[in-house]
Amino acid sequence: MIEPMDFLLWVRGSLFDVAVTVFVIGIIIRFFEILSLGRSKDLAEAKGTEFVPGIKTIITRTLPEQGTFKRQPLTIIAGYVFHVGLLVSLVLFIPHIELFRQTFGFGWPGLPNPIVDAAAVLGIVGLLAALWNRITNPVMKILTDNEDYLVWVLTFLPMITGYLAYHRMVNPYPLILGLHILSIELLMVFFPFTKLMHTFTLFLARWYNGAMSGRRGVES
Amino acid sequence: MTDRKAETLGAILRKNGVSRRGFLKFCTTTASLMALPPSWVPTLALALEQARRPSVIWLSFQECTGCTESLTRSHSPSLESLIFDYISLDYHHTLQVASGTAAEAAREQAMHENAGKYLLVVDGSIPLGNPGYSTIAGISNLQMLKETAKGAAAIVAVGNCAAFGGLPKANPNPTGAVSVSDIITDKPIINVSGCPPIPVVITGVLAHYLTFGKLPELDQYNRPKVFFGTSIHDRCYRRPFYDKGLFASTFDDEGAKKGWCLYKLGCKGPMTYNACATAKWNQGTSWPVESGHGCLGCSEPDFWDAGGFYNALSIPIGDVSRNTAYAGAAGLVLGAAAAGLNRKTKAEAVRNHGKVSIDDLEKPS
Ligand code: SF4
Repeated sequence: MIEPMDFLLWVRGSLFDVAVTVFVIGIIIRFFEILSLGRSKDLAEAKGTEFVPGIKTIITRTLPEQGTFKRQPLTIIAGYVFHVGLLVSLVLFIPHIELFRQTFGFGWPGLPNPIVDAAAVLGIVGLLAALWNRITNPVMKILTDNEDYLVWVLTFLPMITGYLAYHRMVNPYPLILGLHILSIELLMVFFPFTKLMHTFTLFLARWYNGAMSGRRGVES
Repeated sequence: MTDRKAETLGAILRKNGVSRRGFLKFCTTTASLMALPPSWVPTLALALEQARRPSVIWLSFQECTGCTESLTRSHSPSLESLIFDYISLDYHHTLQVASGTAAEAAREQAMHENAGKYLLVVDGSIPLGNPGYSTIAGISNLQMLKETAKGAAAIVAVGNCAAFGGLPKANPNPTGAVSVSDIITDKPIINVSGCPPIPVVITGVLAHYLTFGKLPELDQYNRPKVFFGTSIHDRCYRRPFYDKGLFASTFDDEGAKKGWCLYKLGCKGPMTYNACATAKWNQGTSWPVESGHGCLGCSEPDFWDAGGFYNALSIPIGDVSRNTAYAGAAGLVLGAAAAGLNRKTKAEAVRNHGKVSIDDLEKPS
């Protein structure tokens, strides 16, 4: 049997090195791939500009769209609640900031733990609501494929283990801290090769949609 | 020698001028440390009074004598050390006067006379790499441990080295150091870990053994649950600051002066199970976190290899910065290669681009 402390040392040690390597190499290659993809040249005459519509789409796609909100309120609400909760607990929790500081040489101020804790709860609830929506809403169900369930699990595990670790609800602590770190390593390894990549590509994609539509003279 | 052994602990203490009051005070402290209810104090006192001094053989292997220092010096002269005096410490090569053959003879005599009954206390790890790395009177640590363990009623592994391998076992472990439980598997072993362990925890374990005639309840690392059952973090008086998100960032900033949480300065309290926060050190004067330094995690296995002492627990053990930079460089090279391939495909597409006119399209095919 592997002891909790050995396990913690392993996930904080060599396994983290592997995960970071896959994560960084994977993301960079994906970016090169996307940027150098080489769309064939558009020979048609441009009917509008690219820049302004590109920027506009980045904004409009970031804000909830009226029609969708009326038809699928849960999709939008759960989406926002989850993303805000996740971001706050990821980048404003002091132990996480210490990791960034160690990696990049700089950090930023964090939030008091109870606030981060509340954000984490919102994140978890949002994620559960999103899953509920995917399963019960007939349209969402059709749109959901296995990859969606995979990335849901990959995102949910770090949040729930982080919550359990922070509240020290599992004994011994090294076990739950180790599981939390392991779940993040899983996330990092799958990240570049799944739609989790949207974390980095969302604005690029929105810009591209807007710019292409602008060039063709249609609204996006 | 044999006479004194037959005497009860109570008689010996009285002879040495220890008052009943002082003795009961010791019992109360020990009972509360062992998490026994106050109603147990008379039972504990009675049992201790009537206990006969068990023979104890103390073996020191690859160690720094810090464990012995902790036990004998810091609390001396206290009741704890008296109790320690009044076990029959038949062999301890640092403390005993005899040396060489005479010392070894004492060990053999104790083993022989108390076969099956003596307590074996070990501090220090055992080198398996080469028996010559550590020997006593020409006997290798491994051989001495095996020999002495054979007739022991139980073994107490004192300190991180004996319990888990400790500093000698730290990466790259040049001597092939292992813990006592890596070698002895057929005896009850109790690990009193720490670097060094808290003196009162050592005496508490011995008192428990004297009182109940058996070892206390142990956790998954064979550590007595009464002392190692809760984490430092859960008993830490700086915990409210952790919960409020108030941290010292350097050892002399405003936060440090105000006594805020030491997490950012590398405190390993959240992963460490020990009694420092309640038992404290130096006769209850203070303990590491109280004196302003983070917990090193010294009662946990392999704490030397658990990342920098001054790095927050959330920071991975390896050099993340360097790994990220290397991975980044590798990613750039691979990415550039992929982009090169894409360029080639694109260039080919441009070359093969044919023009189609309306007339071409209207032609019947
Ligand atoms: S100082 Fe250490 S043990 Fe105390 S609350 Fe902070 S992290 Fe926990």
